[in-house]
Amino acid sequence: MKRAISVTVNGVAHSQEVEPRLLLVHYLRDVLNLTGTHVGCETSLCGACTVFLDGQAVKSCTMFAVQADGATVTTIEGLANNGDLHPVQEGFWECHGLQCGYCTPGMIMTGAQLLNRNSNPTAEEIRHGLEGNLCRCTGYQHIVEAVQYAAKKA
Amino acid sequence: MGYVGQRVKRTEDPRLIKGLAHYVDDIKLPDTLHVAFVRSQYAHARINSIDTSAARSAPGVVAVYTGKDVAKIGPVPCASALPELKVPDYRVLAQDKVLFVGHPIAAVVATDRYAARDALDLITVDYEDLTPVVDVEEAAAGGTVIHEKFGDNIAYKLTAGEGDIDAALAGSDHVITQKILHRRLAPIAMEPRGVLARYFPGEGELTVWSSTQIPHLLRTQLALMIGIAENKLRVITPEVGGGFGSKLNVYAEEALLGWISMQLARPAKWIETRRENIQATIHGRGQVGYIDIGCNNDGKLTGLRYNVFADLGAYHQLLTPAIPTLTGLMLSGAYRIPAIQINVTGCFTNKMATDAYRGAGRPEATYVVERALDLVAAELGMDPAEVRRKNFPGADEFPFHTATGLEYDSGNYEAALDKAQSIIGYSKLRDEQKAARAEGRIVGVGISTYVEICALGPSQAMPAGGWESATVRIEPTGKVTVMTGASPHGQGQETSFAQIAADELGVDLNDVTVIHGDTAIVQYGIGTFGSRATAVGGTAVLVALQKLKEKAAKIAAHTLKCDAAGLTFANGCYSAPTSRAAAAAGESEPVYPVGEAPGGALPEPKTEGKTELTIQEIALAAHVAKDLPPDTEPGLSATYFFEPKNFTFPFGTHIVSVEIDRDTGDVNFLRYVAVDDCGKVINPMLVDGQIHGGIVQSLGQAMFEEVVYDDQGQLVTGTLMDYAVPRASQVPWMELDRTETPSPVNPLGVKGVGEAGTIGATPAIVGAVVDALAPFGVKHLDMPIKPENIWRIINGN
Repeated sequence: MKRAISVTVNGVAHSQEVEPRLLLVHYLRDVLNLTGTHVGCETSLCGACTVFLDGQAVKSCTMFAVQADGATVTTIEGLANNGDLHPVQEGFWECHGLQCGYCTPGMIMTGAQLLNRNSNPTAEEIRHGLEGNLCRCTGYQHIVEAVQYAAKKA
Repeated sequence: MGYVGQRVKRTEDPRLIKGLAHYVDDIKLPDTLHVAFVRSQYAHARINSIDTSAARSAPGVVAVYTGKDVAKIGPVPCASALPELKVPDYRVLAQDKVLFVGHPIAAVVATDRYAARDALDLITVDYEDLTPVVDVEEAAAGGTVIHEKFGDNIAYKLTAGEGDIDAALAGSDHVITQKILHRRLAPIAMEPRGVLARYFPGEGELTVWSSTQIPHLLRTQLALMIGIAENKLRVITPEVGGGFGSKLNVYAEEALLGWISMQLARPAKWIETRRENIQATIHGRGQVGYIDIGCNNDGKLTGLRYNVFADLGAYHQLLTPAIPTLTGLMLSGAYRIPAIQINVTGCFTNKMATDAYRGAGRPEATYVVERALDLVAAELGMDPAEVRRKNFPGADEFPFHTATGLEYDSGNYEAALDKAQSIIGYSKLRDEQKAARAEGRIVGVGISTYVEICALGPSQAMPAGGWESATVRIEPTGKVTVMTGASPHGQGQETSFAQIAADELGVDLNDVTVIHGDTAIVQYGIGTFGSRATAVGGTAVLVALQKLKEKAAKIAAHTLKCDAAGLTFANGCYSAPTSRAAAAAGESEPVYPVGEAPGGALPEPKTEGKTELTIQEIALAAHVAKDLPPDTEPGLSATYFFEPKNFTFPFGTHIVSVEIDRDTGDVNFLRYVAVDDCGKVINPMLVDGQIHGGIVQSLGQAMFEEVVYDDQGQLVTGTLMDYAVPRASQVPWMELDRTETPSPVNPLGVKGVGEAGTIGATPAIVGAVVDALAPFGVKHLDMPIKPENIWRIINGN
């Protein structure tokens, strides 16, 4: 039995009927075709699927789309402002904070949330803040520098 | 100009940081079917029957296939050629038995991924339990035989090395023995594997998008497996989310998806779940070994023997049996060891296959040698750095022949050690350690002076060609297209190869596009693995560029009406003898910058009366082709296949200092210094990134990671909750530096850096913890060194 939901994603209002069990990440990727949000573990351990739900970072692989009914969602595609990169996106590019890029959207969303909560974090606070996101390529050092870059820039 | 050697920001990144890149699952084709697999829950069992009837009639299900349906698909290939190697028949779906947890049994094809997943639960498999073979040494000893036709579980035995090892050890002042474990590791590329296949029955063309490191080799193998002409099969690697060797393979699912799409004439997609990824994507390492290291009282090494049982798993994947042979090749490490012998016993077990995981046999060798050196140091009461220094070949002794049969190309091991010791303040660190110990603190220093083998490799030493290819083309509008047979998946060669091309042609970096990973566009290539892409593939790009310039120069001399010998090339400009000064000051401009090209026909090349021409203007002249030198083909492109004459041998020194928390056993990293020498550097930022990532994978291996099968062969670490990939807060700040010893093997002088961190770091980290625990009588610890193990040692528990 499908349910009707209304979700505003990256500033655009959407209304659809979805199966109650449809995961939010599949709603974003398969229904709205916003494929920048990735799935890396299906168990909320890797953070590749991180998006903002009403301004808070959530792991969209362990949340149902129906739970987002009425909410505002921001995905990696919506993070840049009128074509200007978000400071965290800029930091990742500048500091080589990514290699294969698969964890990157989730990592950037988490980095942005971290700075929303603490505009001038220490390296240790950044590492703690990124604990819910796995990266297998970078060893995290350039990611920490990317968030530091963004903190200075913002 | 001069991009090479500079910290150039990656051209790959904008699409990746905006979420606009396309990995396999991001490619959407209309009418796509989704595939899910029933996989074995048992390590070893006979399949009595499979009932798929309920699944076949479930909503959305289009087809269900089991082993008997796919008998015409050829076996999963093994490319390793070893004497008397036993190669089991590895069918894409299990036939009458299952041999590991995760072994695919049935494929469900449905209209969406939820329906496919639902139908899996409707399939009943009647298993009859068989005794699982889990421990590798027990597998070798006898008991249950996994592949009955072979009579035992030993896939192969191999002895290699030079020198009389028995005499060498017998004549040594000391011989130290140590059992050593290299646990099974899961590569955990953040993007699991995925395949999308689309068959056009009219054209007879099959396209397979796969998250792979080897598009061309995969095309050849899939064509053979599926039985389709290779020139009707196109393999595309879209964005690939990491590989670390796990995607240097040919998997059952890749062939099955192609075949399913051909059966149903619809696109078919399968995206691996993380659970499947840990069950049924190759594992790394998996060796149980015994070291005998001989030395004399002066610290000189006399001989090294390594008897090793390699846990191959139930079947061979592409390179499974070959990995321990790489261990054997690298057992000399950075040292002069007169006699070396490896005795490999490769064994079948009821587990997923092991194969190439970042380092692929070399981390095992480096770990063996570096642990052996630490044991020698402890035995003789010498400083571990000094034992290493005593056994280095001198910088003037290269090429250096090892007792494993290799010729190391170039090296200066002492320089890297000196630099690392100087950065960390080694002697002061040892003094501080003494003082700290006096205060009852548990502190240690670990050191690794590794050498590794890269740029795989000469074709003689490779199963399917060790060369790499490149085509470079300057388009009529002046844009430069580079097509590489390498298949980067995060390493950044779209940028570093563009740096090479932009410098060589004297054009703007943004005029260069690097294309890779599409067999319909790119000439045949080998792929990205074994730290080979830049050393072999980058060299192919460089030589292709030089060939292209030979032709461009010929056209330039003709057009400028001057003698070819008098022509000069600088900053992207060819100049007749009279205008050299002008050219030197000039900047190459694209003929038509993007967005300014006139609609309609190409213009005539404006060459009349000129004394200099940019290479991009020559490209236009070469394509318009109204006035070319006699016997000159139109167009401006060149292709080169580079065959390296040897491997390359990067090296370096890693030193790490740690303090252990007495109450918890936690290891706190105080300093991590890495001095790596990968030869010439194209882009230092990319090199740092490779080293960082390698070190952290190495740290994971040393401290946390282990694929655990229980005594029934059940996979216990089946999710990321149980398999411990390092997180940001568990990783130290890494202080990197370099020495630069160019390789003579290729004209770029590069050696390779993709695996250096993974190879060099593990023994340094383990060595530091062992050193810290030396006051507790510890001489060796097995990985992963969990805090719990340390706590037990400290508390005598």
